Amino acid sequence: MYDTLDRSQLKNVGKSAVRLDVKEKLTGEAVYVSDMVLPGMLYAQIKKSPHARARILSIDTSKAEALRGVRAVLTGSELDYRLGLYVVDKYLLAKGEVRHYGEAVAAVAAESLQIAREAVDLIEVTYEVLDPVLNHMDAMKEDAPLVHPDLGSYDYIKAVFTPIPGTNIANLTKLRKGDVEQGFADSAFVVEREYDNPSVQHVPMETHVSIVKWGSGDRVTIYTSAQSPFTVRNLFCRTFSLPFNKVRVIIPYVGGGFGGKAGIHIEPLTACLSKKAGGAPVKFQASREEEFSLLPCRSALTYRIKTGVSEEGKILAQKMEMYWDAGAYADYAVNVTRASGYSASGPYEIPNAWVDAYTVYTNKPYGTAYRGFGHVEFHWGIERHMDLVAKTIGMDPLEFRHLNALRPGSITLTGEKITSHSGDVLACLDAVAKAIGYGKKSKEEKLREKESGLRIGKGIAILQKAPAMPSNTATAAIVKMNGDGTVSVAVGLTDIGQGSTTALAQIVAERLDFRLDQVFVKVEKDTDSDPYDWQTVASKGLIMSGNACILACKDLLQKGYAVASHVLKACVDDLGHDSEAVFVRHDPESRISWPQIALGYAYPDGKAIGGPLIGIGSYIAQGLSNLDKETGQGKPALDWTFGAHGIICEVNPVTGEYTLRKIASAFDVGKVVNPQLLRGQIIGGMLQGLGTAMCEGYIYDGSGHLLNPSFTDNKIPTAKDLPFEVETIAVENAQVDGPYGARGVAEHPMISVAPALGNAIYQAVGADLSHMPIRAEDVWRALHNKQPIDNWITKTPVGSCRSTPVLGSHSPSHALEP
Amino acid sequence: MKIKVTVNAIPYEREIEEHMTLLRFLREGLGLTGTKEGCGAGECGACTVFFNGKTVNSCMVLAAEADGAVIETIEGEATEGMLSALQSSFEKHFAVQCGFCTAGMIMSARELIHHHPHPTAEEIKEGLEGNFCRCTGYEQIVEAILDVTGSFVAKEVLTYV
Repeated sequence: MYDTLDRSQLKNVGKSAVRLDVKEKLTGEAVYVSDMVLPGMLYAQIKKSPHARARILSIDTSKAEALRGVRAVLTGSELDYRLGLYVVDKYLLAKGEVRHYGEAVAAVAAESLQIAREAVDLIEVTYEVLDPVLNHMDAMKEDAPLVHPDLGSYDYIKAVFTPIPGTNIANLTKLRKGDVEQGFADSAFVVEREYDNPSVQHVPMETHVSIVKWGSGDRVTIYTSAQSPFTVRNLFCRTFSLPFNKVRVIIPYVGGGFGGKAGIHIEPLTACLSKKAGGAPVKFQASREEEFSLLPCRSALTYRIKTGVSEEGKILAQKMEMYWDAGAYADYAVNVTRASGYSASGPYEIPNAWVDAYTVYTNKPYGTAYRGFGHVEFHWGIERHMDLVAKTIGMDPLEFRHLNALRPGSITLTGEKITSHSGDVLACLDAVAKAIGYGKKSKEEKLREKESGLRIGKGIAILQKAPAMPSNTATAAIVKMNGDGTVSVAVGLTDIGQGSTTALAQIVAERLDFRLDQVFVKVEKDTDSDPYDWQTVASKGLIMSGNACILACKDLLQKGYAVASHVLKACVDDLGHDSEAVFVRHDPESRISWPQIALGYAYPDGKAIGGPLIGIGSYIAQGLSNLDKETGQGKPALDWTFGAHGIICEVNPVTGEYTLRKIASAFDVGKVVNPQLLRGQIIGGMLQGLGTAMCEGYIYDGSGHLLNPSFTDNKIPTAKDLPFEVETIAVENAQVDGPYGARGVAEHPMISVAPALGNAIYQAVGADLSHMPIRAEDVWRALHNKQPIDNWITKTPVGSCRSTPVLGSHSPSHALEP
Repeated sequence: MKIKVTVNAIPYEREIEEHMTLLRFLREGLGLTGTKEGCGAGECGACTVFFNGKTVNSCMVLAAEADGAVIETIEGEATEGMLSALQSSFEKHFAVQCGFCTAGMIMSARELIHHHPHPTAEEIKEGLEGNFCRCTGYEQIVEAILDVTGSFVAKEVLTYV
């Protein structure tokens, strides 16, 4: 659709335009919610559950209420509001029962943070501790305690999700394509194994923080560090039955999100404190510890994959069972389950497929969206499994992927046909394979091995992801011309660091044919003045807001031309323009400058026409459909972005320690809008993926206490974890309906880093890993064929601890030994 | 108690509570909110400032300890709206994404350059180890510091296929 021009003709798109917000951030001028103080502001603190599962017998708040400076105290008994994105299952404060360690049971607002802390300590809660259900596989058992006995009475989005009352299953997503049993019967080899990964934390550098004022007449103002102003507003209003136009959500600069600030989190509780305190603004900022346990994490996953392949190595059938650990509340986990369910095979063509993806309640901090939206987790399984299948049948993993990856004409799991415009995963794969010298070792590498005693391995992995979003996802843009001929752009998309303001400014400058310095896109969002955007999630911002900006530019130009045609006494079709003026194309001397018409044109005699030039662009996803609940067939994907990583890894065969020599990452981005911004997304996502791959994860004791809610005990990558060499590769097969051919790539760099590492380590030393993260001791254990220790719930064996690689065969002629 | 402290060359005399950290004093007492709190436990480096010429995690220092001290923060890095050479290099190399770690990162980079006027990439990574960044993956920060210290070798931003 949108102006797909030759890259050589573009003036702004494709250039490394400097970030619009960089000076404010470099000087400390940028104001984040954590920096804000409002007149008369109170400070909130939260009393949290020390137990994973317990009945609340009593809460005594009298001492807290008596403390000088305390202005509001709340417990669950006063709040009858339930919240939930898809399944409405969470009280603002626990009522009757706590369901996870760190859950909010009472809240205080006081004149200082110190007083609020003291008050929280004075609240006395007595509990009857109950046995928690911690492991999501245990929670699937028939006799498991129910985390939500009332699941059957909860509201949920019925067109999309399927909770099963009387169980811990918050959602079951099913997909059926072809005849999977026949496919296995026709297969020469069948390979089955289970993969898993623990919960992890997003770790935005700015923790969740909100300031809410519940003003008179129920006019509510919310300043919040969030990704999606309109979703915060709309869900807030639904919770409290308020009209949307009475609640104003303002999002200034945001210190990182990564999915953890999608949806709605601490805003409603903070609002209730403000209301109870008589309308004074109340600020709540999560501590780093609360970020780990009060606020949500990424769900753990156990993924069982059974693959049947032909004699030639072509995948004929695949059965995929996903068990997602929602934790105590469904939040985004049910939709992660849905999005992962329909994408479960990764970028492979599977003629006969069967997916059952469960979201399982447990008594742990709950899961939410996290960069990749399930794809980081299940690609770990898929891409390790594809190497296992290739090894089993004696085929090189690269060759195996060439045989089975999606290509034009392939049919996806949901029945969508891949075209030449969908992007090229094999081009990405080949690019990274070349970049790491896959399949061979250079002279230097051989020498290094000889001299150091270390073993070098090279691993590859591919990936796919589409935006996981409602079929009617919409956005809009407003391009306003100022009196000097500059333009100011408003969109509801939030720049949480990804650089969208800059990229959109480039797109606007390109479409208007203006200089980049004439275009400004503001960072701060305000639901009262900015146009609607569904959410800043799903890597849909560039494509959807980009298209809305292009439409708004066209509208602005059309309106400008209409005025100019009167002034210049020329037909609209004869007009052209540049960054300074509108002119008659066959008579360029006949021109009217943009400033002269920007706010309306005044003739020499004083009479005026036109008015302020404002372009409006509305864009909605088109052609998408809800998936059939039984078969999973339909069209869920606005666009697919494909990619690949290749890793050169050096492993100590004695200790299991390893270092990364090189990582090469390639994505088919359609069209590069800003090379340096893209590179930042690729490297930043890659290192976040390495964190997941190498070290991050929640560790619980047998009672469900989170043992590592801090940076001391939950390491994230530092500069020293960077591979020695990083190569970033762009493949450009234009997205026909993307802005200048571009498609999203914000989440994708994090996906499939872990399996590329696992595959490289296997290749180096033969350590066959099925759960991540991969710590040195995991490599050592795999090398010595010892059972991996499940450190994620100590003393409670889970996931891959129980599973050993199963190399079975349904084909009598090719029985394989385990 | 009362303290006298010089921050970004401006002398201040302020009444403080004994338990107040230097970080809170800078942010709440002086309104210098460019310095951020990422963890409050001395782990993430977001609150890094100069204390008598050496970097400290200001969340781990009491304001009372700063009595008589000279403190430098991100607000003192630019001169009359002109970015310092280090800031300009961060701008040029896209070493900033969400910006929440940036102040601490600039402070640590300045100290690193003080000790190693021409650092290698490995020395830079070592020097920034105490500063977490969740967005950038650090590579562009390393490049910015290599460039401002004269040893950046320009290369293609992306390989196009």
